[in-house]
Amino acid sequence: MIEVDKTNFEEEVLKAEGLVVVDFWSPKCEPCKELMPHVAKLAEKYQGKAKFCKLDTAANRRLAISQKVLGLPTIAFYKNGEKVAELTQEVTVEDVEAKLNELV
Amino acid sequence: MSELYDIIIVGGGPAGLAAGVYGSRSRLKTVILQKGTPGGQAATTEELENYPGFPRGTKGPELMKAMADHAESFGTEILNEEVVDLDLDGDIKVVRTKSGKEYQSKIVILAPGASPRTLDIKGEQEFRGKGVSYCATCDADFFEDLDVVVVGNGDAAIEEAIYLTKFAETVTIIVIHDEGILDCNKVSAEKAFANPKIKWVWNSVLEEIQGDGLVERVLIKNIKTGEISELETNGVFFFVGTVPNTEFLKGKVKLDDRGYIITNDKMETSVPGVYAAGDARVKYLRQVITAASDGAIAAFAAEKYLAEEETFREQVLKADKPVMVAFWAPQVEESIAAIGELERIADKLGDSVKLVKMDTYRNQRVASRYGIKEIPSLLLFNKGEVAVKIAGSMSEEKILPHLYARIKSK
Repeated sequence: MIEVDKTNFEEEVLKAEGLVVVDFWSPKCEPCKELMPHVAKLAEKYQGKAKFCKLDTAANRRLAISQKVLGLPTIAFYKNGEKVAELTQEVTVEDVEAKLNELV
Repeated sequence: MSELYDIIIVGGGPAGLAAGVYGSRSRLKTVILQKGTPGGQAATTEELENYPGFPRGTKGPELMKAMADHAESFGTEILNEEVVDLDLDGDIKVVRTKSGKEYQSKIVILAPGASPRTLDIKGEQEFRGKGVSYCATCDADFFEDLDVVVVGNGDAAIEEAIYLTKFAETVTIIVIHDEGILDCNKVSAEKAFANPKIKWVWNSVLEEIQGDGLVERVLIKNIKTGEISELETNGVFFFVGTVPNTEFLKGKVKLDDRGYIITNDKMETSVPGVYAAGDARVKYLRQVITAASDGAIAAFAAEKYLAEEETFREQVLKADKPVMVAFWAPQVEESIAAIGELERIADKLGDSVKLVKMDTYRNQRVASRYGIKEIPSLLLFNKGEVAVKIAGSMSEEKILPHLYARIKSK
């Protein structure tokens, strides 16, 4: 998974072609840390079909809020730079994969 | 099919982890099936000040990590599995998980915990993750220099509100009671009243959450005057109690009408060999310490259950001669006399029969399994099966013929 922050978010997500999955997390969010390894496995499984990024919201608060993310965990799906779907709180990896299959 | 466990614990919060410590320390093969990281609700509680021996400054996630490590150090396995279905009726319990695996055990301890209650206020669903939150540790740092509202006034609400003041500019607590009345403990109440960042709205409930993409304002209703006022805010945190995570247990063990698991003080549920512990149980106080206490009791009771069942199997069901199982109770005089009579009969026949005494005051399980309603009663087992059932007083005339028939038939 690519680590994104305010310096490369535009490049990696908003200007990217195709499907980009962004895992919004923070070091204090236990459910986020529980979910992330599973998302990382999806990243391997869907290699070439979707790009996976993670964003530490504690260090990039304004960026997260600009993406209308104000709660964790949030998994956002971007297609050609447009946010097309979002899963938030009580997210399971099964939900993420189902949404991914819808969008791929 | 997996190997056979002694104990499967469903849920890895403090109740499940304490049960793990006690179970594996008794050298029972113990596994905890837990969705995600262990710790339960306590793992998302930042300030945890009332667990004895762990003074102020203890963090929920740290304490839960320590409990998990402790359980593992005695041999408890902790697996990341979400339980979706259980088959609890037989001697061997079967537990199925979302990943499609099946686990088997002799004992199941149910510790699924509880989740934050939602109120279904207008906007609550729509703004989830957009300013509406149930987890202060997860989301507090979004609200640095912003304004938030807290709904609720129990321990969790007031303690999390105090935590939120480390980030937010203001924290407005909406309380349904008259001014100055809170449901939380006194220490937290005093701290909150002294905190300059906390504002109070009394006699009120949250009516609606509004915004455009993100939370922008809430409508608050005064329940005395009916008046509705508007308050600009960036976030709304709900701490209005919990609901038990027992949906998957409906029809499996007895629940009360709110969905909590009913147990006795040994943590036994309505199903033999199945125990419950923690917040999902009907109980008076739901805290980390009482959850851990439940877990310890459940694992201890489970160990006794396994030992008793094993003894019964060895001494009665697998015996190579007829076995008289006598059901008595210390408070029933007639049953004490009956035991004396049966001891004489057993002596007379020497090695060819065996007498096993069941104190029904201490153990009712075997008695109820075999439908014993009267004390004293006698079951004569032969080759692992009940051959004869006799109730009431015991005498040679009543019993000897049955015994001779079995001894001869051998």
